[in-house]
Amino acid sequence: MIPAIRIAGVTKRFRSLQALAGVDLEVAQGEFFGLLGPNGAGKTTLISSLAGLARPDSGTLEVMGHDVVKDYRAARLALGVVPQELVFDPFFSVREMLKIQSGYFGIRNNDDWIDEILHHLDLTGKAGANMRMLSGGMKRRALVAQALVHRPPVIVLDEPTAGVDVELRQGLWQFIRKLNQDGHTIVLTTHYLEEAETLCGRIAMLKAGRVVALDTTANLLQRFASHTLRVSLAEPITLAGPLAGKLLRAEGNTLEFGFDAFDEVADLLAGVRTCGGKVMDMVLGKPDMEQVFVGIMNQN
Amino acid sequence: MEGFKTLLYKECLRFWKVGFQTVLSPVLNAVLYLLIFGHVLEDHVQPYPGVSYTAFLVPGLVMMTVLQNAFANSSSSLIQSKITGNIVFVLLPPISYREFYAAYVLAAVLRATLCGIGVLLVSLPLTELHFAAPGWIIAFTLMGGAFLGSLGVIAGIWADKFDQLAAFQNFLIMPLTMLSGVFYSIHSLPAVWQGVSHFNPFFFMIDGFRYGFFGVSDVSPWTSFGVVSVCFVVLAAITLQMLARGYKLRA
Repeated sequence: MIPAIRIAGVTKRFRSLQALAGVDLEVAQGEFFGLLGPNGAGKTTLISSLAGLARPDSGTLEVMGHDVVKDYRAARLALGVVPQELVFDPFFSVREMLKIQSGYFGIRNNDDWIDEILHHLDLTGKAGANMRMLSGGMKRRALVAQALVHRPPVIVLDEPTAGVDVELRQGLWQFIRKLNQDGHTIVLTTHYLEEAETLCGRIAMLKAGRVVALDTTANLLQRFASHTLRVSLAEPITLAGPLAGKLLRAEGNTLEFGFDAFDEVADLLAGVRTCGGKVMDMVLGKPDMEQVFVGIMNQN
Repeated sequence: MEGFKTLLYKECLRFWKVGFQTVLSPVLNAVLYLLIFGHVLEDHVQPYPGVSYTAFLVPGLVMMTVLQNAFANSSSSLIQSKITGNIVFVLLPPISYREFYAAYVLAAVLRATLCGIGVLLVSLPLTELHFAAPGWIIAFTLMGGAFLGSLGVIAGIWADKFDQLAAFQNFLIMPLTMLSGVFYSIHSLPAVWQGVSHFNPFFFMIDGFRYGFFGVSDVSPWTSFGVVSVCFVVLAAITLQMLARGYKLRA
């Protein structure tokens, strides 16, 4: 099957900054794919190159088998992009804007689908409102609606939940999940790592314009993260022996240890006691994407 | 084609929604010029035999309004979209750079024509006008509007802030328009300034347009149309090249 997205050897330089330094990536149709990385890693440049907003210096990008430069019309028809910036056209209402956006993609009489999108994004009541009158969360959902007017098989969301409250965020993810279940390929960039962990089946991590990790979410968690034991002590202690090797983090009187199996917890607590530590509080934590992210970024 | 039509519709809807600013204000400005200059100079200046100064002034003001508003439409729309970031909504869809250019320029021509018709209609009760060669009136309106609409696309893409666009408008468009013979016939100028005027393409637009009313002009309308057409083709080629390269639009 043709991959939803194929990126091969893409480089892009902005003056002295190497934004993309040879990116190779494939996303299969129907995937919920995460693209993670620190600020300046190249995520938005990669998305912009895919969407035709930036022109790579070398390499090729395809959406549903269509080259984004040579066959840009077909590629853009297959792609819906929710931009990172909260942009809107202050001249138009939500419905006008969606009708105009439909026309840009060659679609007339798109009202039924527009109504459906507005309903799912809880914007029906705001269809006639000018874009300026919407709250930040509503503007964000309107951006999602704009990206969906032409029913693209591939949807790219560039930090869609930045500045969106919890309730709206959950509603948004419910809708995006439904789109994914309906067969749309979703590519997500986010700084909320727990979102990526919950939603994405596969994740790529970018650093300094390169892919430094690419695997299923489950494999990444297994390889790079462990369970954690966080203990708060009455007094600071000096760790000795194997206990020191298990320490992940120390902040004042609070220590965080990593372990793979729960029967290690008793040994860790015993070790703390042996070192003279008096445990005032403790919390167990599951492996999470933050550990994976920090671990991979520090490795590279 | 649907993308082009929608972009054209959007651009027209955009200026129509702020019609007080984009259509009525320019008409009022031009009529004020007509009333004031006409009142002061009507009995002192007769640019062509048998043509009153107020009648002479009307085509100049109509064309000035056409030119300034064609430029304003494409340039302000583009810079606003760039600064607010909503230009991405036009860049993400499958719209070619030629469709992009055609939509912005045609919308500029339409607004310019609307403003020009407005000035003409308001002027009709104020003076006696003739329409000696309506074909030239239409031809110069379209060509002049397209020329300035194209220049507006260049300015809107090039400018990174409103200040730069204002400089383009106030230091280039405004002087070229004012010094193009809107308010006078270049035959009233010293020889050297007559010569200089021939390097101003705006002069040919206004002179040719005026021929359409009176059947009299400083230069043959064919020459004027030739000059304006060549200027437009050169400018269109430059603009299309900028758009094809994605200059300041696609990083």
